[in-house]
Amino acid sequence: MRVVVLAKQVPDTRTVTKDAMTPEGTVNRAALDAIFNPEDLYALEQALRLKESNGCEVIVLTMGPERATQILKDSLFRGADHVILLSDSRFAGADTLATSYALATAIGKLSPDLVLAGRQAIDGDTAQVGPQIAQELSIPQITYATEISLADNCTIRVKRAIERGSEIVESSLPALVTVTSSAARPRSANARSVMRYKNFTAFEKWSVDTIGGDLNRYGSAGSPTKVRNIENIVFTAKESKVVNPDDASLENLITELIADHTIA
Amino acid sequence: MNNILVFCETDEGRVADVSLELITKARELAGKLECKVEAFLAGKSVGELAGTLGNWGVHRLFLAEHESLEFYRTLHYSKLLVSVIESERPQIVLFGATCIGRDLAPRVSSALKSGLTADCTQLEIGDYTDPKGNAYSNLLYQIRPAFGGNIIATIVNPLHKPQMATVREGVMKKEMLSKAVDVERVRIDTSSILDDTCEAVKIIDRVVEKRSIDIKSSQIIVAGGYGVGSKENFELIHQLAKVLGGEVGASRAAVDAGFAENARQIGQTGVTVRPKLFISVGISGQIQHTAGMDGSAKIISINSDPLAPIHRIADYSIVGDLNIVVPKLIEYYKKHSK
Repeated sequence: MRVVVLAKQVPDTRTVTKDAMTPEGTVNRAALDAIFNPEDLYALEQALRLKESNGCEVIVLTMGPERATQILKDSLFRGADHVILLSDSRFAGADTLATSYALATAIGKLSPDLVLAGRQAIDGDTAQVGPQIAQELSIPQITYATEISLADNCTIRVKRAIERGSEIVESSLPALVTVTSSAARPRSANARSVMRYKNFTAFEKWSVDTIGGDLNRYGSAGSPTKVRNIENIVFTAKESKVVNPDDASLENLITELIADHTIA
Repeated sequence: MNNILVFCETDEGRVADVSLELITKARELAGKLECKVEAFLAGKSVGELAGTLGNWGVHRLFLAEHESLEFYRTLHYSKLLVSVIESERPQIVLFGATCIGRDLAPRVSSALKSGLTADCTQLEIGDYTDPKGNAYSNLLYQIRPAFGGNIIATIVNPLHKPQMATVREGVMKKEMLSKAVDVERVRIDTSSILDDTCEAVKIIDRVVEKRSIDIKSSQIIVAGGYGVGSKENFELIHQLAKVLGGEVGASRAAVDAGFAENARQIGQTGVTVRPKLFISVGISGQIQHTAGMDGSAKIISINSDPLAPIHRIADYSIVGDLNIVVPKLIEYYKKHSK
């Protein structure tokens, strides 16, 4: 059984500092660490668990620039069997639809039984690419997964989060599953794999020429959405009343709020 | 033709709040575009909800009723919705950015090869000129925070229809019409659209908790952050909320630390609230959090750090120890109320 894990290298938006934005309001990627998208690590963990329990082959596929091989190496350290970088300047300017088409076309070459991905990437937070790929490949999708197991050779059983609860579903294979950070914690690198792959540079690289497909559906040309403009968020400081934490001031604040009916 | 279509969800047998918020917004957009608001509703037996949608301004309802539609399943719902969109050609399709909306909308967008913008916080109608100088009028501006909430992007789909967006819960107001409109019901022939391939995914078990914590509809919210220090100390937040008749909210850091339940999380991941009064206690005020509460009518910040960004968006800022300030607020409220 073959599992393809989709991974993305993202700027670490969780530790954004003042330098993260240029004065023009665009993202200063150089000022941010490039990391393995957190929820993709949870997807990889699920794949590695299936490898342990059922002997699956785990392939990690990422689309991005050359430096995204960093997360491919990390994947090898954690136990992936094979890694692929999908990279081509013709993908530039891709929105989620064009991205999903490129990834779906690449996945099609691998004929996996199961495709796993993080629910969403922290740079865009859209959660769109997974379902878009599933539709493009005409396979079922199961989103918000927290547990995945094989019911039999051609069926997976998945526990997934829904609004205020959870459900357990079974799906025929092949299928695509997106995993959230409520799933099992990702393992760290395995010492033996680190020794084996620390000097590894022979990454398999795929381009449009490798995967084929419709050129009009890649990159900017294949992207129906366009960014009209971007605004940097600036705190608009309100006129704040400073209330001292002494008895008289606090009592005064409460009576003021009662008087203007903010509180009953 | 070329109307605005809203995907309606149900919640505990009613049309979900987020769908009503979308319909309210769709009415405003339809006014500018001189078109009508339509809705799509699917379920086992949801027909009786059709009438209520007239109060919200839905002129036409596409109704899919079938045993297999009792619970949301991607393949069933996306097939039905795609078939409605293909035959009706709405210019805009809106979804709530809920578990269901965020699962369904991208599937539908991929099937139609149309653009989709996730988690919008604002929708407007406007013009656009592309870099080559081609001008387009009356496009949907899909406005959303991106990049961890550090930027706000306006997205347009100049060439492709429908323009699709998911919209965050709670950020748009819901408003009923003073005079209901007649709802034309269009029954979808489910048997001609659904087939065996939809049954690839089966629901084996399902657990849904009743809505118990509902901070969205509360007019007063007292929210605690990591600065509250411990789960025991969070009791203070509950006490203040209780005497004021409000609900308890929390920042992500407080939820991650186990001080409060997930359902109380306010911010970009979590819910968006706009109460009459928001009292923020021990929250530093990162943009990821404030994006979910800065629409509150009045904000009181209590934080011992004078430089905490939360003070900058507060109407009343109190630089002090919450362990002293909060009990005093409770005391003075009890003294002066009634």
